[in-house]
Amino acid sequence: MRKSMFATTVLGLSIASSSFAATEIEWWHAMGGANGEKLNEIVKEFNDSQTQYKVDPVFKGTYTETMTSAIAAFRAHKQPAIVQVFEVGTATMMAAKGAVYPVYKLMKDTKADFDPSAYLSSVTGYYSDVDGNMLSMPFNSSTPVLYYNKEMFKKAGLTTPPKTWEEVAAYSKKLLASGAQCGFTTGWQSWVQLENLSARHDVPFASNDDGFSGLDTKLLFNGPLQVMHITKMHEWQKSGIFSYGGRRSDSAPKFYSQQCAMYTGSSSAFGGMTRNAKFDFGVSSLPYWASEVKQPNNTIIGGASLWVLQGKDKAEYKAAAAFLHFLSTPEIQAQWHQFTGYLPITHAAYELTKKEGFYQAHPGTEAAVLQMTASEPTVNSRGLRLGNFVQIRDVINGALESVWSGKETPQAALDTAVKRGDMLLRKFEKAHN
Amino acid sequence: MSVYFPQKKLPYLLVLPQLVITAIFFLWPAGQAVLQAFYREDAFGLSQQFVGLENFVDLFQDPLYYKSMVVTMVFSFSVAFLGIAVALWLAVMADRVIRGRMVYQTLLVWPYAVAPALAGVLWWILFDPNIGPVALFLDRIGLHWNHFLNGDQAMILVVISATWKQISYNFLFFLAGLQAIPRSLIEAAAIDGASSFKRFWDIVFPLLSPTTFFLLVVNLVYAFFETFGVIDTTTQGGPDGSTNTLVYKVFKDGFIGLDSGGSAAQSIVLMAIVGLMTVIQFRFIERKVQY
Repeated sequence: MRKSMFATTVLGLSIASSSFAATEIEWWHAMGGANGEKLNEIVKEFNDSQTQYKVDPVFKGTYTETMTSAIAAFRAHKQPAIVQVFEVGTATMMAAKGAVYPVYKLMKDTKADFDPSAYLSSVTGYYSDVDGNMLSMPFNSSTPVLYYNKEMFKKAGLTTPPKTWEEVAAYSKKLLASGAQCGFTTGWQSWVQLENLSARHDVPFASNDDGFSGLDTKLLFNGPLQVMHITKMHEWQKSGIFSYGGRRSDSAPKFYSQQCAMYTGSSSAFGGMTRNAKFDFGVSSLPYWASEVKQPNNTIIGGASLWVLQGKDKAEYKAAAAFLHFLSTPEIQAQWHQFTGYLPITHAAYELTKKEGFYQAHPGTEAAVLQMTASEPTVNSRGLRLGNFVQIRDVINGALESVWSGKETPQAALDTAVKRGDMLLRKFEKAHN
Repeated sequence: MSVYFPQKKLPYLLVLPQLVITAIFFLWPAGQAVLQAFYREDAFGLSQQFVGLENFVDLFQDPLYYKSMVVTMVFSFSVAFLGIAVALWLAVMADRVIRGRMVYQTLLVWPYAVAPALAGVLWWILFDPNIGPVALFLDRIGLHWNHFLNGDQAMILVVISATWKQISYNFLFFLAGLQAIPRSLIEAAAIDGASSFKRFWDIVFPLLSPTTFFLLVVNLVYAFFETFGVIDTTTQGGPDGSTNTLVYKVFKDGFIGLDSGGSAAQSIVLMAIVGLMTVIQFRFIERKVQY
């Protein structure tokens, strides 16, 4: 800490000497491709809109690379003012109290215009502390949805997308009978088939309110609901209803190539879907088990948020606050939402998009928003806050793969994953005491 | 007869640049790693706590670590064996080619110029279960290929990608080795009526043993340490850790998991293993080598 204060002073001095120029801050992000270009466009708009501040966006690679380099930079006292961190890194950022400048505090300290209630609570819940204070600024949030191939559905005599998992199974049988190779495939299996499954059915994924209220959290995803779901998926796999295609979104080509008629994946895959699917497709909400709940909860989010790091001077924080405010304006949010398929993070941006007629022109794009806002989040559907979550996801992926390959039963695999995951949580707990 | 240099300081001065480089780029970071292995630290380095041997104890109580060791052994020996065997076969064949010899040899050396990560991606695409031509072909002949699920297939894939590049390197050495073998020996054996297989097995192969031994060491070290790119661009250690080699695990735990202490402990163990392997190789295998 002493060292970083020294660094602050040095930085402060060097910046004070050039205070007549615009205050420059860096923003490290992980948005490549088309989304990255859009991001640069938005930053340029901010830089052109005023003369006091200038934001430099720096592309740092994947989410993991961006987070790792920001941490390395922090240790070397060369950190950016703002860094984009994916949702599974949230607990690590939150636990690093001396390293992050909570957004709600930043906004208060710089007297920036900030109204937490303007944001979708199912989005900000993921990034808030137990008292509901926003610690980071949501930027690109997505949620799992169901994509379906309308042409294959038509061939099987189906007109509507399935709402429940029961329907997914029944529809898939019809699809298989009409010549499809598989009913559905899934991307991001841990996120979609376990984390969101638990949230949607109001079942805890981990103790301590999914990790929100303490570090001594224990994983609970080997309960009856999760085991039942994974057992079903394994049965479906054998009968061709479900086909596994890889960890992240590696399975999407199975949907593009029309092997599988349905795909459960991120709402932010919409852009890629439009480009790659050479057929008429629809978007619907993530299925739930009608046998388990009457009314499902909201789904939880994925994607990333923006964290402000410690060790900068006042002027830089003013710039950061102004920029975060700019990013949350309805116009910018609506632009970003419509271009990328990420969720609009404020109510105003959603209303604006609706008013502009975007959802009518692009049917299906609203499904994710509706699914997120249909109900108030409960303690089980706010989100997850687990230390070492990246590795826990890895453990879960391994466990599920051992089920898909028939090496282990669902119960045994999930039990092992919980045990290994708990070890990772204990390690995180020890390092942060 | 020995030669004496009168200057006392000059020799030290001459090796100084080398020593400085070694100290800065090897000793210092290695020392840091040794230190780190005894501490527990949060990701941002805000709190640091001396924990003694706890990181090592954790490591040796972790069943996944033993699994990773087995994976590494299978991977490294497969890569070394396959790389040496195929390269030797190619070199013997290339040695016999008379017309278009240069073209043939140059083509075989080409893959060495490909970056490991690229080699990984190349094979990854060829074997992709959804779109890869090789995978689709295998499917057609009744062999269901899916390295996302099947750990053995994933291992085969990374072994192929890692070996492919190394074959060129081995090939060059074998070719040079073959050309250094006196023709007269082979001709003498031929006159004595030895078949071409016997000539290879009893004369060529033993005379190549220094080259083979050298390549064994180099290939094992390569498989141990330099195959990170291949694994990172293809399987990322999956499925279910079946291609998670020790080096990849160090990276994963340290840079993705942000557990610097545990990762440092692993790299120290890794250093020890490689040191041990080299000693074994030189003490026991080298004795059988005829120079």
